[in-house]
Amino acid sequence: MPEYQVLHEKARSFYPRYTRKAEAQHQTHYCPGCGHGVTHKLIARAIDELGIQDRVVLISPVGCSVFAYYYLDVGNVQVAHGRAPAAATAVKRSRPDSIVISYQGDGDLAAIGSAEILHAANRGEPVTVFFINNAIYGMTGGQMAPTTLIGQKSTTSPFGRSIWNEGYPLHVCEVLAALEAPVYLERVALGNSKQVMAAAKAVRRAIENQVRGLGFSLVEILSPCPTIWKKNPVEAQRWVREEMAKVYPLGVFRDRTKEAEPRPAPAPPPALGDLPRILEIGDGAGEALPPLPKDPFADHRIKIAGFGGQGVLMLGEVLAEAGLAAGLEVSWLPSYGPEMRSGTSNCHVRLSTRAIDSPLVAHPTLLLALNEPSLRKFSATVEPGGWILYNGDQLPADCARQDVHVAAIPFTRLADRVGDARAGNMVMLGALLEITGLLPEAHIDYALRRKVKSERWLELDRRALAAGREAARQGVTHAS
Amino acid sequence: MLEDRKPDRGFVEIDGEECKGCGLCVEACVPRVLRLAESLNRYGYHPAVYDGHGCNGCGLCFFVCPEPGAIRVFKLAAPERGARPEAALAAV
Ligand SMILES: Cc1ncc(C[n+]2csc(CCOP(=O)(O)OP(=O)(O)O)c2C)c(N)n1
Ligand code: SF4
Ligand code: SF4
Ligand code: SF4
Repeated sequence: MPEYQVLHEKARSFYPRYTRKAEAQHQTHYCPGCGHGVTHKLIARAIDELGIQDRVVLISPVGCSVFAYYYLDVGNVQVAHGRAPAAATAVKRSRPDSIVISYQGDGDLAAIGSAEILHAANRGEPVTVFFINNAIYGMTGGQMAPTTLIGQKSTTSPFGRSIWNEGYPLHVCEVLAALEAPVYLERVALGNSKQVMAAAKAVRRAIENQVRGLGFSLVEILSPCPTIWKKNPVEAQRWVREEMAKVYPLGVFRDRTKEAEPRPAPAPPPALGDLPRILEIGDGAGEALPPLPKDPFADHRIKIAGFGGQGVLMLGEVLAEAGLAAGLEVSWLPSYGPEMRSGTSNCHVRLSTRAIDSPLVAHPTLLLALNEPSLRKFSATVEPGGWILYNGDQLPADCARQDVHVAAIPFTRLADRVGDARAGNMVMLGALLEITGLLPEAHIDYALRRKVKSERWLELDRRALAAGREAARQGVTHAS
Repeated sequence: MLEDRKPDRGFVEIDGEECKGCGLCVEACVPRVLRLAESLNRYGYHPAVYDGHGCNGCGLCFFVCPEPGAIRVFKLAAPERGARPEAALAAV
């Protein structure tokens, strides 16, 4: 009896059974003759040969191959449409020893994900990308892709793709080859057995590059989609070979695998405790600033609104800095239009004794309105029982509310008397502190010293604060 | 009389229930020893079949097949050739 040995069989990197559904657990969900199945096999085989099954993380896309994770027995992440290169970046950077494979269709990579792939390639992320170009959106039933051939009909190019209407087929390898960083770019095809064998080599090389620690590798695979093309599998193979490969020439577009240096390991991230120092965030260290008690629970939601140039953001920053120094949880969220100067701007500040869920303040407990439009815009949003501080002699009658406290004080005019109308924000802050006792004087002064570098302004702001406190003591008008 | 024939250099096993009858293996096989069956499998496909003679163990059918485990290729164990997959790749 002659002796035979197994030469090729199902790769170990495939699951023995696919648990996606109760029936047909020994079959993929791909149509007969689909290039995704062939590509999966080439990838699984390369993983077996390189002995890296335990290190691979496969990022599956949106598209017909969304279920790749049911087949390949490796680490798996399935991500939003087009975002595989971003997810691959995250996985690779946080687990540098993993071998990260981004698997994407042409709708996924070349349409919705075109920015992601461009920048991942430009950063030279040391990951491996397999780009399945079947010139169509398969999963959604045959819409035009950026890679659809000129004249090719699809549900969204029913008269055939026209360069005047839909532009030219996008040549991804050629575009990426214009970048400096990629190490390896090759286009292969699945148009016959010879092409498949060449594709097998390219797939393996692209993964091996990553194992060697080299940079970005991408293999574009011209791949049959018999179902949407309405061709039988053999005709579809021929179409890949004869039509697609004419438009998308096969070959190596970049090969720096010989000269490329292995990427240096990324520097370890700084210790968490070092972040305030690195980011120059003041935590009051070195100052005698007693922390505020965490009990009782307090959650101040502050909205400060006015014209650009009135110091809206600065007021918020001083509050947030002082809160930080007092050991509170704080958030500061600026919100302004494109105008920067003359437009309205506002900022959201939260000061809390507990962790803050969102920096957004939709219903403030304290509204600081530095002008009338801001008052009109936000007065109705103030929580009942809260405070409105308004920069004016009195609230316009139609803004009056019976269920909130109001202090209407001409802050800008007071600031002008102190020496500069632009210090109106600090006059307002002074009044706020006087009325609410929100934060101790010492913490505010510490924050001011951090924020205001000019001696003249620091002195002016201190006087403005005092003027605000004084005005509050005299003239707060309470609602009933 | 069969005893006189040199043994085939290979043979294949096809899982008729995993096969989707796409015919790509039939197309790829140079000695043309594969065909699609007249009969249907459980899922309504005409599965590929190997009638048991003439396979040279080149493995091309395995590579063009989209299903992970529908085809298993065996190679005659010749001492000098071994069964290294690279040898098959190089042979193409
Ligand atoms: C954000 C978002 N937009 C659109 C879709 C709809 N959608 C699903 S798959 C797909 C295109 C898939 O085409 P391709 O990437 O070429 O993969 P194929 O199915 O051909 O393998 C689209 C547009 C979606 N799921 N998510
Ligand atoms: S629709 Fe096309 S790409 Fe999707 S599984 Fe079927 S053949 Fe493959
Ligand atoms: S191994 Fe080669 S010769 Fe044998 S059946 Fe497959 S394609 Fe044909
Ligand atoms: S290539 Fe695979 S799925 Fe297609 S007919 Fe042959 S064995 Fe069946």
